Amino acid sequence: MSEMAFFIDHSRCIGCQSCVQACAECDTHRGVSMIHLETIQRSDSVQTAPQVCMHCEDPICARVCPADAIKKTPDGVVQSSLKPRCIGCSNCVLSCPFGVPKYRAEIDQMMKCDMCYDRSSVGKKPMCATVCPSGALTFTTMEEIQRTRSGIPINTWRFGNEIVKTKVHVMVPREIERVDVNLVQITSTPAALANDPFDVALMLEEVR
Amino acid sequence: VAKLPTDIPELVKQFGPTLHTVPPGGWANTGKDEKLVKTHCCFCGQQCGIQLRVSDNKVVGFEPWEDFPFNRGKLCPKGVKRYMQDEHPDRLRSPLQRVDGKGFVPISWDAAMERVVSEIRRIQQSYGNDSFAVLTGASLTNEKAYLMGKFARVALRTANIDYNGRLCMVSAGAASKKVFGMDRSANPWSDIPKAKVILVAGANIAECAPITTDYLWQARENGGKLIILDPRMTPIARNADLFIPVRSGGDIGVFNGMLHIMIERGWIDREFIAQHTTGFDAVMETVKKYTPEYSAKIAGVPAEMIVKAAELWGPAPTSFLLHARGIEHHTKGVDNCIAAINLVVASGRIGREGCGYAMITGQGNGQGAREQGQKCDQLPGSRDVENPEHRKYIASVWGVAEESIPRRGLSAVPLVEAIHDGKIKGLISICFNPAVSLPDGNYVREALEKLEFYVNIDFFLSETARYADIVLAGSLMEEDDGTTTNVEGRVIRHRQAVTPPEGAREDWAIINEIAGRLGYAEKFSAAPREIFEELRIASKGGVSDYSGMTWDRIDENYGLFWPCPEPGHPGTPRLYEGGKFGHPDGKAHFIPIEWRPSAEMPDDEYPIILTTGRVVSHFLSGTQTRRIGSLMEQYPQPRCEMHPRLAEKFGIADGDFVKVESRRGEIVVRAQVVKTIRPDTVFVPYHWPLDRSANNCTIRAIDPVSNIPEFKICAVRVSKTVAPDDAIAQLEMEAGGIR
Repeated sequence: MSEMAFFIDHSRCIGCQSCVQACAECDTHRGVSMIHLETIQRSDSVQTAPQVCMHCEDPICARVCPADAIKKTPDGVVQSSLKPRCIGCSNCVLSCPFGVPKYRAEIDQMMKCDMCYDRSSVGKKPMCATVCPSGALTFTTMEEIQRTRSGIPINTWRFGNEIVKTKVHVMVPREIERVDVNLVQITSTPAALANDPFDVALMLEEVR
Repeated sequence: VAKLPTDIPELVKQFGPTLHTVPPGGWANTGKDEKLVKTHCCFCGQQCGIQLRVSDNKVVGFEPWEDFPFNRGKLCPKGVKRYMQDEHPDRLRSPLQRVDGKGFVPISWDAAMERVVSEIRRIQQSYGNDSFAVLTGASLTNEKAYLMGKFARVALRTANIDYNGRLCMVSAGAASKKVFGMDRSANPWSDIPKAKVILVAGANIAECAPITTDYLWQARENGGKLIILDPRMTPIARNADLFIPVRSGGDIGVFNGMLHIMIERGWIDREFIAQHTTGFDAVMETVKKYTPEYSAKIAGVPAEMIVKAAELWGPAPTSFLLHARGIEHHTKGVDNCIAAINLVVASGRIGREGCGYAMITGQGNGQGAREQGQKCDQLPGSRDVENPEHRKYIASVWGVAEESIPRRGLSAVPLVEAIHDGKIKGLISICFNPAVSLPDGNYVREALEKLEFYVNIDFFLSETARYADIVLAGSLMEEDDGTTTNVEGRVIRHRQAVTPPEGAREDWAIINEIAGRLGYAEKFSAAPREIFEELRIASKGGVSDYSGMTWDRIDENYGLFWPCPEPGHPGTPRLYEGGKFGHPDGKAHFIPIEWRPSAEMPDDEYPIILTTGRVVSHFLSGTQTRRIGSLMEQYPQPRCEMHPRLAEKFGIADGDFVKVESRRGEIVVRAQVVKTIRPDTVFVPYHWPLDRSANNCTIRAIDPVSNIPEFKICAVRVSKTVAPDDAIAQLEMEAGGIR
């Protein structure tokens, strides 16, 4: 059997927070949720987006850590900071292109999603990807995801000039090979758009 | 006259709701000598499989149960945190007696039982058997639902028993019975991903049946199209191929309009209609006038949306209809469902793989609890309480005279009205929180104050239990054994994970003891496994026939679908195969449906439509989920969703305090200004009590056939107001306060 992998499909997310609730049930950090569920702009849309650690092949958080406190396991899972080493400087927090690590002042340490290493290292699925009722978070084989989904999984990102490859995949429409994230100046909010696709009032006006 | 025994803040101080935020032994406790108990979630009709982590007779956590085929380990946030109910500080651990001026004080089981039995006798001797009523719930197991029906008919001999499924599944059930001759979802969920078009009418699946989302998305991965009808853009509507933001109560416009176009363009299965149905001509005649333009006026949406819906649904090779409370909670709830089902039958796409229809059951045992005889009009096996043959059979199972079984009693809303009118004087209730869940909340609470005697069985002191004379400490789902029947009609097993805490008892043991003290010990001595053995005999030959099932067979097969009429029968996951329906003539019966207005339409005085519903982290009246810290954190207080255009008209900004008032009552909540709702409609979730209870505003109007209340539309006005600072407002949010 081939290797299990983590897939995020934002189009499936329903914002239910099962992942957030279940993350706090993972035994290595019970009571504390590591996953982030972003509500994009509730006034405009019900779109939400879950964010686990993407587990970069060459993790920037680890590269910028002055205390060498962030380690990657041989199977590619980037761990939370090592308590004896972490100096709480938050370089990792600032550097992560996905906004994943969080500095926890109460324990003076950076903690983040470790793909439920206590579970995934013994053949179980991470909590969030097991309970997710919409399939927005899925832990399965590459063959299975290709067999069951209409989109394709990608794991290459470009932030400015930086190419980042991640262990976690994101489902995208078939024609896309890489996600390019560019800095854009937002000059108008979606609310100002003439054809806001999520405004129910505008949908009703199409009558004429 | 039972006014509250002390003020509400004092009752809240004594019995909550308070929040439970940490599992037994703390977060660091990962369990010594832990065992995993395979069981099911206690909340909604999906009844997801889950494993409870049990240590030292305490539920300390959960573990997904990936082998259970319905949900494969998936859970919503309520399922994840349900274990926090166990070991809850608010848990009732003794019978309680009301003491005026003080609240409730513990008394012994013997004294409590003596009081209950003497009051039942006094009231029934003074005013007649029917003056003592029974209200039950659809979160009870099949065994307990069966027991409650038998208790009312045999031990109390009262006609007046009904259940809170009256607020949930009765419109869907009645429509299904009328058209198909049976009351059950027609297909297993595994048919959903095989459908090429899916119509979801009035179902906020992402929040109320979250696990079903994956089935919908899987259909889309397979190339299926998704049509959603809802006044709000719900999370599943966001990604639908066609979202129709229908006006609440306007659904028939869409359904009849679609059928009109399907007939016009030849997208109906004439051969199927001729062979397997009756009554299509009358339907054709009725929908003749439902042109897209005519229909659009009723539905309150552009006509082209209805045309598009017909174009997606009409010619599809396979299809699936799903509906829920959005179309059912109406004074025309049954008609709404029939009009939707007509689309299924006219297409001939039912009873085959990937072709069919389902109603999305709301409550945990919403399906089973309506089959075992705790409805005012039903006996076990979905039998009719007025049918002489049915009565005779059940009388033989119970060992009573047929004429001793009472006739049809009052359904939930008329039953509460009879209490208000002084015709019903005594009440026993279990698993029902009408002070929060029934419409016209002020009227309901007035009614509760008029009871001469009220005994409530529950594991927490619900808002309704505050009106009781005696409260009996019952059991949580995980403290008892039994079966439920899920949304698909699959009968599944709940396993006892822990025993009830000292001082509390299993619900069935409480009922058996009351019946015993009333002189019926020999008919009420069974524990759940034996009750199931009696239940399956009682169901034999009925529509919902469980007679071929045993608990062991249910365990071995991950549940069994009824009908399962003999030992060894594999069960029936898909109904109506080969176009064979449940009526004696074997056919589906078309019924023509005309749209009619709702009981209260908006007018100059109350110009806005209020519609109510649920949020994902809470369940029904909230008596369970408002006690779980992390679920409250997710959605702490009700908000009034409104479109920015409406908000602007009244000078309301996001987060402002607003008063929502109808002719019956009012609430003050914060506004949530969102573009995802129709500008003529506001939405308030109903899980909160007192001055935060959306049901203060809703209307006490019911469907003439199903008697479901019209929760989904009433007329209100909305205005900006200041932060309330009265004693109720200052309570914690779980108790009805506001921040």
